[in-house]
Amino acid sequence: MTTQSHLAHRFQTLIVGSGPAGIAAATCAAEAGHRVGIIDDNPNPGGQIWRSLRGQSTPDTSHGDGASEWYRRLTATSATRLQGWSVFDQPEAGIVRAERQGGTVHLHYDNLIIATGARERFLPFPGWTLPNVMGVGAIQAMVKGGLPVAGKRIVLAGSGPLLLAVAATLRAAEAIVVCICEQASLRQLAPFALGLAADPAKIMQGLRYKAATLDVPFHTSAWPVEADGDGILRSVTILHHGEKQQISCDYLACGFHLVPNTELAAMLGCRIEADNVAVDELQRTSISNIFCAGEPTGIGGLELSLIEGQIAGLAGAGQDKEARLLLDKKRRASHFADRLAAAFALRSELKELPQETTLVCRCEDVPYGSLKQHHSWRAAKLHTRCGMGPCQGRICGTATHFLLGWNADSVRPPLLPVRIASLASLEAPLNSATSNTQETP
Amino acid sequence: MSEQMRPEQIQITIDQQSITVAAGSTVAVAIALAGLNCRTSVTGEPRGPLCAMGICFECRATVNGIAHSRTCQLLCEPAMDIRTQ
Ligand SMILES: Cc1cc2nc3c(=O)[nH]c(=O)nc-3n(C[C@H](O)[C@H](O)[C@H](O)COP(=O)(O)OP(=O)(O)OC[C@H]3O[C@@H](n4cnc5c(N)ncnc54)[C@H](O)[C@@H]3O)c2cc1C
Ligand code: FES
Repeated sequence: MTTQSHLAHRFQTLIVGSGPAGIAAATCAAEAGHRVGIIDDNPNPGGQIWRSLRGQSTPDTSHGDGASEWYRRLTATSATRLQGWSVFDQPEAGIVRAERQGGTVHLHYDNLIIATGARERFLPFPGWTLPNVMGVGAIQAMVKGGLPVAGKRIVLAGSGPLLLAVAATLRAAEAIVVCICEQASLRQLAPFALGLAADPAKIMQGLRYKAATLDVPFHTSAWPVEADGDGILRSVTILHHGEKQQISCDYLACGFHLVPNTELAAMLGCRIEADNVAVDELQRTSISNIFCAGEPTGIGGLELSLIEGQIAGLAGAGQDKEARLLLDKKRRASHFADRLAAAFALRSELKELPQETTLVCRCEDVPYGSLKQHHSWRAAKLHTRCGMGPCQGRICGTATHFLLGWNADSVRPPLLPVRIASLASLEAPLNSATSNTQETP
Repeated sequence: MSEQMRPEQIQITIDQQSITVAAGSTVAVAIALAGLNCRTSVTGEPRGPLCAMGICFECRATVNGIAHSRTCQLLCEPAMDIRTQ
């Protein structure tokens, strides 16, 4: 038993993140004969786009976008799947530690593939801390996690293709989507929309979203300036072509496109360039046995995440030749990424959203007025405690990067506030690691 | 556990109040359904989930005695004891 669980902790290829990129990487590395482990902090596999529906322990396969095929391929391999575990540090080269309620595991690796995905960018505006103001992907995750929204009035706002995808999900759950407010102008979006026309798969997806949201007003050059309520959200004020409109609603889902989760890569010492993890054409980072695939190398959507995952999995398992066969596809998919970035670039007026009293750091309740007296993230942190709470600046650091041009400090372990017991590293038996939904190998 | 073996409804406790939720619901959803907020901020504001993906820690609560648990990343389990913070 001890030797078995000891063995089970050692992997030739270990993947962090079981979204599309991680699933593709794990599948390809395992099919190439590597002993593979894939670890993820959600209760179920799928990452963001394939997040499981309530009551299911498998990825959401309802969109016909390859989820069921990929998951079937992964489960046909002998890869060990660990769900519910957050990787938080690397005590020594070749070993990472992960935590979940009540325990820690050590995982040894020869190759590591970082597939940690992206998160939403949140920008502060008056009232954004009220309960029921949340992210766009967040409300989708809550609905998939069992939140009933039938008959609820929901305003979707911010920026990015996620707004339409989530509108479709909410309509399917019988919510009243009052309107969608996209901060980008129609002029900025047009080339992106036209570019989609060259891609049949994206046209199909687009048409599905369109059909589901046909009667929902879609405003461009529109964004929220204030949320109001008495301990809970009651209404949102939207600025649309320079005019303010107050809309009563039960939920405001607001997120300004996505930012890559680069913290794990940065903590391990991988080079970060222009906010993304730097990789070569085979997804190798600046550290030769660490690869990175999917959103952390740049926001590129599902197709690019899958291709990068396959390349990383193959290259990590020594199959460079097979990996190179995918490079043409990768080049084509990354054009989509470039168009995404251009279409949903944030307008500078959004920097005027927070007022003096608007909280920017939600962990330590630091208002914008006291932050902007400082000249750098480090100075602000020292004097105001901004970024010192449990999110470690993931929300406010991303916001001040946009608002004030500040760059966050270098990332230090632990990646999340873990309990003392975890730091002391009490080893949990691996069968508890795999018991959640996945079988023990 | 196979899908068929999962009970459809499960009983949990939130702030000592007994609540029934659909199996597979996240703890963050259960707290919302109970009409409660997850936590109170350092200046006394009520807070609920922001990211629902384990990043922001706004959904934290004490779950089975473990403080600062991210409730958006946890599924309800029978007899779970949840306390808002
Ligand atoms: C909230 C949200 C919702 C989205 N919804 C859609 C959608 O509906 N449609 C669409 O087309 N696109 C959506 N996207 C875009 C989406 O990012 C991509 O299309 C796709 O999911 C990217 O795949 P990935 O594998 O690169 O990353 P992800 O799918 O994000 O997977 C990364 C995984 O790694 C896990 N992880 C991160 N850090 C750690 C750690 N330290 N330890 C353990 N696990 C970790 C994450 O929890 C996640 O499960 C969404 C993005 C976000 C942020
Ligand atoms: S809502 Fe952000 S961590 Fe749970």
